[in-house]
Amino acid sequence: MNIYVCVKHVPDSAATITVEGDNAINEKITWLMNPYDEHALTEAARIKAAGKAVEIVAVCLGKPAAENTLRSAMAMGADRSILIETDQYHDSIITARALAAAIRKDGTPWIIFTGKESIDSEGMQTQFRLAQHLGLPVATNVIKINADSGGVTVECEREAGTIDVYRMAAPCVVGAGKGLNNPNYPTFPDIVRSRKKPVKRIDLAEQAIDRPAAGMQIRELVPAVEQRTPKALAGSAADIAAQIVDILKNEAKVI
Amino acid sequence: MQPIGLLIEFKGGQIKPANFGMATAARAENRQLVALVVDTPANDAKAALEAYGVTRVVNIRTDSNGWNPAVHAAAVVAAMQENGITTLIGLTSPTGRELLPRVAARLDAPLVMDCIDIDLDAHRVKTSQYSGKTIATISMTGSHFIYGMRANVVAPEEAPAAAEVIDFPFAADQGSGFEVIETRTDGSGSQHLAESDIIISGGRGLKNAENFKLLFDCARHLNAAVGASRVAVDNGWVPYAMQVGQTGVKVNPKVYMAVGISGSIQHFAGMKTAKTVIAINTDAKAAIMANCDYFVVGDLFDILPALEKALASVKR
Ligand SMILES: Cc1cc2nc3c(=O)[nH]c(=O)nc-3n(C[C@H](O)[C@H](O)[C@H](O)COP(=O)(O)OP(=O)(O)OC[C@H]3O[C@@H](n4cnc5c(N)ncnc54)[C@H](O)[C@@H]3O)c2cc1C
Ligand SMILES: Nc1ncnc2c1ncn2[C@@H]1O[C@H](COP(=O)(O)O)[C@@H](O)[C@H]1O
Repeated sequence: MNIYVCVKHVPDSAATITVEGDNAINEKITWLMNPYDEHALTEAARIKAAGKAVEIVAVCLGKPAAENTLRSAMAMGADRSILIETDQYHDSIITARALAAAIRKDGTPWIIFTGKESIDSEGMQTQFRLAQHLGLPVATNVIKINADSGGVTVECEREAGTIDVYRMAAPCVVGAGKGLNNPNYPTFPDIVRSRKKPVKRIDLAEQAIDRPAAGMQIRELVPAVEQRTPKALAGSAADIAAQIVDILKNEAKVI
Repeated sequence: MQPIGLLIEFKGGQIKPANFGMATAARAENRQLVALVVDTPANDAKAALEAYGVTRVVNIRTDSNGWNPAVHAAAVVAAMQENGITTLIGLTSPTGRELLPRVAARLDAPLVMDCIDIDLDAHRVKTSQYSGKTIATISMTGSHFIYGMRANVVAPEEAPAAAEVIDFPFAADQGSGFEVIETRTDGSGSQHLAESDIIISGGRGLKNAENFKLLFDCARHLNAAVGASRVAVDNGWVPYAMQVGQTGVKVNPKVYMAVGISGSIQHFAGMKTAKTVIAINTDAKAAIMANCDYFVVGDLFDILPALEKALASVKR
């Protein structure tokens, strides 16, 4: 029984993004593991540490450089990893097919973790498509999980103050939310150990996935420019309060 | 007439106002607006939907006894098929984030969430990527098209019509391996951030959990929602659901007030599309002060009580 963790290689949230050509970005920036996937990995490691006999396998569809994210995953507790290599950008319809095919071929999943969303394409959907391809139940934005051999009981934060509790039969797909845990960042010895762990590379083109009839194509990418012109509000606290009320009333028209 | 499905959401028995903006965006001569209402008495909603041009209300009734995203999504797919609907629009709300991707996965259909612009004829949308640093134009191909709209991008405009109400009973498949144990609500989420017109957020400058009361006091007068920076959340002052930003909620209000928040790149990622941004900060050099519409160089502990007083005395 394996725990699979889908990890995406994404630009650092603090990186400056510049557009190249019509629909691509300059990739010479810092790339990291998608932050939600760090929560997923930390949770997988926690479940393993609790004595459940499992192997943790990190899976990624990405360009060759995505190996770095798989190395981080192995430093954070994955035992081995699979890189589905490609030289292009792919939408979540293809991504989910590729991840499903790689997991199906590799072994028997117990839990498949993903993050709740990726911070680059902000798709919010890969976990659901993956679950559909594998015929498994799925829950997302999971902030608490109790796993046993039969399945998992999860708590999902739907919105402020609303928690849904679901029971899913194993195998199942779990989309990690931020509230799940504090990521367990690797120590130097972890990093050294991870260098010896195996990365299996498979070429996306050689994966037996059907060509979908549907797709999502990025036609154009432009920088979001919205430089505002700040105006100062000054005076006593009461003066400032009055000016804010005036803005709310006469400019924003919300009162 | 091409039927366009609108996934309708309710809050406290009322249709969420952002649904009317969605109807407005979808309306055109050659289209018929079909409202999909799941496990909510649709008759109460009929008049409100008619005012915005809906001509058919599909009253989906499942056997799920309350919220169940797996059953609700299956029911929406069945109702779409029954009504010849190949285009579905919903909100990028907590409910939309659960149902729209499940619907898209079932239909193996393209889906773009958080659209800020939708061209239903060309199947082309705009959405932000890379935490709001770029705007992508995405074209979709397939036999079905699913769209998640960002709330408040289109202002609602009335266009009265008459609607028929059709009942659509749905029985879920057994043995899906997915079961709802319970839904717990503590009542704190009365206003969801993503759909609020006015948001007042606090950061490290608030110093502790108790001081957030200053924000809630102002918010009450405005029917505003209260948000927070990650620092406030990580310190345990407020729940994660209140976090605005790249790894929190992305909001699109008419007014965003950032109080004691420095304006990190990750915070901006969640609120940069706000119409008017007002910042209150003791540090004139904080990043937020250089990219807002109005800034106050001052101590929030002076300004907020004065603001609360001013708001309390506004006649409306
Ligand atoms: C991967 C990743 C994801 C992240 N995601 C998010 C996210 O989703 N949302 C988010 O917010 N952050 C996020 N962050 C964190 C972000 O980088 C910043 O650390 C955070 O936004 C700072 O919060 P802050 O503005 O409250 O605190 P600070 O940066 O410490 O700013 C506090 C401000 O309060 C002001 N202040 C202090 N006292 C007063 C007073 N009495 N009156 C008025 N002003 C006062 C100070 O001058 C200062 O400008 C993320 C970081 C990473 C690495
Ligand atoms: N290329 C990828 N490789 C591995 N996992 C991915 C990839 N794309 C998305 N995922 C997983 O799916 C989750 C949701 O992604 P998204 O649908 O893009 O928001 C991410 O948090 C990852 O766990």
